[in-house]
Amino acid sequence: MVDDLHALRAELARDPESLVFLRLGEMLRVAGEPDAAARVTLDGLHRHPHLADAHDLYARILADVGDLERAGDEWSTALSLAPRHGGAHKGLGFLAFRQRDFEAALEHLELALASDPSDPTVVQALHTVRQAFEDRMAAPPASAAMGAARQAFGGLEGAEDGLLLVDPQGLVMAGRIAVGGVDQGEIVAAYLAGASQEAARTARLIGLGDWTAILAEGPAGHVHIAPPTPAALLLVRRDRSVPPGRLQIVAERAADAARSWLEEAAR
Amino acid sequence: MSSAAYRRVIEAITRVRGVRGAMLVAAADGLIVADALMEGVRGNAVAALAASLVKRVGNASEASGVGRPHFVQLRGTEGMLLTLPTGEELLLVAVADPDVNVGLVRLEMLRAAEGLA
Repeated sequence: MVDDLHALRAELARDPESLVFLRLGEMLRVAGEPDAAARVTLDGLHRHPHLADAHDLYARILADVGDLERAGDEWSTALSLAPRHGGAHKGLGFLAFRQRDFEAALEHLELALASDPSDPTVVQALHTVRQAFEDRMAAPPASAAMGAARQAFGGLEGAEDGLLLVDPQGLVMAGRIAVGGVDQGEIVAAYLAGASQEAARTARLIGLGDWTAILAEGPAGHVHIAPPTPAALLLVRRDRSVPPGRLQIVAERAADAARSWLEEAAR
Repeated sequence: MSSAAYRRVIEAITRVRGVRGAMLVAAADGLIVADALMEGVRGNAVAALAASLVKRVGNASEASGVGRPHFVQLRGTEGMLLTLPTGEELLLVAVADPDVNVGLVRLEMLRAAEGLA
């Protein structure tokens, strides 16, 4: 391996524009030298900023040292350059699974598998994620959520239905979203897992600053999603009789109430 | 419709004060179909991230009982992303300043969507 490293370094020194930096960076990463791997990869990225493989390699180096947020940024950049990049889908699938965002994890891992059907790590990861997703969907709804909602949102418009506070792992903390009389809170919460990180990454990478809210207008109503605290996400749903501007006001009041309730609960 | 024709339709959106750029994106994979962007707007990133975010918000929105969204805004402290699906396969996307007239942009995006139909 040492000989290989020397040979690759020599080749890169002879031709700094060469793509051999990818092999060298990978070899250094596998050898447990993340700093050296990062230096080689960043130098390569400086010369080849639109090379998806280089962003994927740098993401894996960052993930190795625990910088998952920046790793996610790099994998997202890789996908923006090459939307079917298997390594980037695998990486984002891994991150989504850590955030218990099983739907996104499944989607990324299935795309990673389509890119390389022979990768056993992806097959195993898909099996694990599918099992976790099924377990979550089979879980009974949290009966305490309604009681928590009365404490958190008592007195607010829609406190009994239409407000949902979830944690970053997609678990309901308070509230209820009923559809046809049946509480869908657990399912909505599962879909929201990781939404905060995705919104934050999207806003950061395209120059929108810190994300403050998402508003979605649908045929039967609107939903407003916002982070009352960095560790929570609040979804407010109203039908079409409530205009989006009014929904914004309702959402701000609910966010204030959620913040107070979370602070109280943390004491 | 040709790329130039697509571009002509979406350019109307960029004439609204505060809009930094607009683009038409393939909803399934986040690839750019046509764009009209100010310098500094990272088109590939906007397209890929917008498509992904809209899909996730769409799932939460459908599970909430309001249906598939026909307009999604992501608001940030320094700007906003506005998206509007046009048919099953395409997504109209605009990036704008935080104080932009959202109603006006929305109107131009709806007009553009009609022009694309």
